Amino acid sequence: MQADLSVIVPEIVIAVYAMAALVLTAYTGKDRMAGMLVWLTAGLFLALSIWIGIGGDGARVAFGGMFHDDAFARFAKITILLSAAAVLVMGQEYMARRNILKFEYPLLIALAAVGMMMMVSAGDLMALYMGLELQSLALYVVASLRRDSARSTEAGLKYFVLGALSSGLLLYGASLTYGYAGSTLFADIITAAEGQAPVGLLFGLVFVMSGLAFKVSAVPFHMWTPDVYEGAPTPVTAFFATAPKVAAMALLARVVHDAFGNVVGDWSQVIAVLSLLSMFLGGIAAIGQTDIKRLMAYSSIAHMGYALMGLAAGTAFGVQAMLIYMAIYVTMNVGTFAFILSMERDGQPVTEIASLNLYSRAYPARALAMLVLLFSLAGVPPLLGFFGKLYVLRAAYEGGLVWLAVAGVIASVIGAFYYLRIVYYMYFGQEREPLETGRSPVIWSLLMASAAIMLVGIINMFGVEGMAQAAAATLVQ
Amino acid sequence: MDNLLSIITFIPAIAAAILAIFLRGEDAAAQRNAKWVALIATTLTFVISLFVLAGFDPADTGFQFVEERDWLLGLKYKLGVDGISVLFVMLTTFIMPLTIAASWNVTTRVKEYMIAFLILETLMLGVFVALDMVLFYLFFEAGLIPMFLIIGIWGGKQRIYAAFKFFLYTFLGSVLMLVAMVAMYAEAGTTDIPTLLNHQFGSESFNLLGIHIVGGMQTLMFLAFFASFAVKMPMWPVHTWLPDAHVQAPTAGSVVLAAILLKMGGYGFLRFSLPMFPVGAEVLTPLVFWMSAIAIVYTSLVALAQEDMKKLIAYSSVAHMGFVTMGIFAANQQGVDGAIFQMISHGFISGALFLCVGVIYDRMHTREIDAYGGLVNRMPAYALVFMLFTMANVGLPGTSGFIGEFLTLVGVFQVNTWIAAVAATGVIFSACYALWLYRRVVFGGLIKESLKSISDMTRREKAIFAPLVAMTLLLGVYPSLVTDIIGPSVGNLISNYETALAEAHAANQVAATSH
Repeated sequence: MQADLSVIVPEIVIAVYAMAALVLTAYTGKDRMAGMLVWLTAGLFLALSIWIGIGGDGARVAFGGMFHDDAFARFAKITILLSAAAVLVMGQEYMARRNILKFEYPLLIALAAVGMMMMVSAGDLMALYMGLELQSLALYVVASLRRDSARSTEAGLKYFVLGALSSGLLLYGASLTYGYAGSTLFADIITAAEGQAPVGLLFGLVFVMSGLAFKVSAVPFHMWTPDVYEGAPTPVTAFFATAPKVAAMALLARVVHDAFGNVVGDWSQVIAVLSLLSMFLGGIAAIGQTDIKRLMAYSSIAHMGYALMGLAAGTAFGVQAMLIYMAIYVTMNVGTFAFILSMERDGQPVTEIASLNLYSRAYPARALAMLVLLFSLAGVPPLLGFFGKLYVLRAAYEGGLVWLAVAGVIASVIGAFYYLRIVYYMYFGQEREPLETGRSPVIWSLLMASAAIMLVGIINMFGVEGMAQAAAATLVQ
Repeated sequence: MDNLLSIITFIPAIAAAILAIFLRGEDAAAQRNAKWVALIATTLTFVISLFVLAGFDPADTGFQFVEERDWLLGLKYKLGVDGISVLFVMLTTFIMPLTIAASWNVTTRVKEYMIAFLILETLMLGVFVALDMVLFYLFFEAGLIPMFLIIGIWGGKQRIYAAFKFFLYTFLGSVLMLVAMVAMYAEAGTTDIPTLLNHQFGSESFNLLGIHIVGGMQTLMFLAFFASFAVKMPMWPVHTWLPDAHVQAPTAGSVVLAAILLKMGGYGFLRFSLPMFPVGAEVLTPLVFWMSAIAIVYTSLVALAQEDMKKLIAYSSVAHMGFVTMGIFAANQQGVDGAIFQMISHGFISGALFLCVGVIYDRMHTREIDAYGGLVNRMPAYALVFMLFTMANVGLPGTSGFIGEFLTLVGVFQVNTWIAAVAATGVIFSACYALWLYRRVVFGGLIKESLKSISDMTRREKAIFAPLVAMTLLLGVYPSLVTDIIGPSVGNLISNYETALAEAHAANQVAATSH
């Protein structure tokens, strides 16, 4: 028991912290402490990610196989914690000025983080569901954080209803899987699925995958994404676009490899189709958007398509490609949302793309950073986003999915158009009423850091390549 | 110094970084500083590149000045030049200081303008010196970003349309090349260009989606690369982005586009398509030939009908690039020598022609041919320079334009007489449009009121044209300056091509009989 607990110390630390802080704030300052709590939570995330990073190697299993602590989980956890910390601190000033910085916000994010950490470590369908729901429940609330705004509450409600539907699908799939495999433990399911898997098990697999596709917002389970992205307060949107996507993608990888690693051919085609649809719908639907948050929603759908392409390969290299892609994706999105957070006029947030007209003249440095991020999102070399695409393309090709690789690059050309459209507004447009940028140094430095990573990262990717390789190796034997 | 190539490649980028970080303000002094930094950096690059030329041994057909480092994903940071690429490096470093000098009158966002051109130079040089396939792709594609901005920010009225068309057209072309590169990596296990040059890719025919593909993998890969290089080149019928881009780009942008960026396509054919996929190249050579021949005749005719000077020269570029592709795929010594020569010479000539348009555009702010006439009366020096380059464009003996066209025609004649005959008529058409343009702009009476006060070239403009005039005449009368350098490497390329073809045919015959 004690050995088991020692495996989940990071999760325990965050959970205890969240509850203790909840009690404390309930009795004392309430929202006055929110700013401090944001920094505290972010600091805790940072400290834990360093701890996980330098902590033990090797794989440990706790609670009879329900909880895995291996290189794969550690990679995902570090990505989740770092991106969550970045998103927390960059939204702090924005929320404080608009009086939506409630003390619940950092604590709900902390609880969501616990859920996400459980998800990526899950070794059992029950543990999977527990983690997923803990994360989702926290996020439903966060989505409607702006209680007096109809759009925000609508976003929260939509997210909740569709999220509950997806949980239902997932549970149904889990029950089928349990029925046919006789166990909820991944280690047992994989032996039950050996050779010719029973049809019921495959049904279960498909339902579980549908539930998870909801969470990564892969087409055709993406409908909630644009509305929720648009309606939720921007810092919350930034959070939705980063850490939960990594967690859900990592969970999907874990389920398909740990539990269904013997029937790769069966799920690989499903994921390939999800990937294809996501890349194209994300690319095409984003063209008509005028709101940058909606545009980023479609952009993230398209990016999930590329990450799924790596997963569809069904190989260790595919998982490595997916992890690298996700790490690059969150870095780009942190920077892009830092930029979006800084867009305002007379203190009011602005999300119209057209308002960026000739932004580059007033703020050349910020515009240049955003330019780098946009070209990186579009996957144009020499920026890091291109290397993410290169990894998944290679994985898909080697996994025998040449058609998917060809479709992916064509979709990336369509995608390039809408990123270029933002560049067009920033650099070629007509001068109109100028935009302001807020004064937060945190946002500025995150934007610049993210853009700098896109440029400098191409030298050696800061060693992420090797870490992702080790992570993938523990997942796929 | 064993990292000479890295030095010349990255000097412009470093200068750009210095401008971006340290230069503040938009006042006249800051603008002047930006221009001087850019001019000094590009000139320095040119001077250092002379050391490469001096240290280059033409007799050695392998790669020289090689530097190599490990990189991501099993890729390598590997640079080097051989007889084919070294002159493109020289062309780039030679043209860039002239384009910077030609931009001396730019007043809007000068700092960004200079940064864009400096970054562009780094990326163009990178294309020619990269010896790793993905590194090549990286430089090749990244060049789109600064060019997109150059057209979009400093371009003419329709600049937005032109910038988007330029970017998306070329991007679509090159992503297919990326897939082919991934496939090559998977097949050969390396992205090292020298190794790939000696790798035989599968050439056994197979069926794909019910279509019988002669030449198998090689044909497919050839097509994927072709999609990219043909757009870049540009070849008929995917040339339509070029007139738009040229017309809308600022003068210096047009010069770089015509003189250097287009050559990346031809260089790509020589570096990848021909030596790496010989069977695919052989299968598709007739297609390339006819596309080239149609390009030469069709775009020459289209050029005749143009009313915008830049558009006319843009179409004439497409026609001249037709000679290049034709020469490359003739796959013999004269043809390929001629193609490379034509690319180098076209770099000087078309660059100079766009500069000529720029000279009068700066004065009158129009490129309409009808707006001019009788310029010789007020601008004798200009008329002389313009005439020289018009003649060079036509391919008059004594100018470098003649050598390239003649060699490619000789090369093609040995392979396919019909194509040579059709292409030769293109030479006549080119004389028609070029001389007619010259007559309408320069000769006749100076009747237009607006032109009465036009002034001749300034000392700066003369200084820009002087090196171009010198090179055009020098290469016209002494072409072995170029052919001595490229000859051995081209010879090696051709003999490898022929051996590879023979081997592949033998192997496929064995496979066919054993079935």
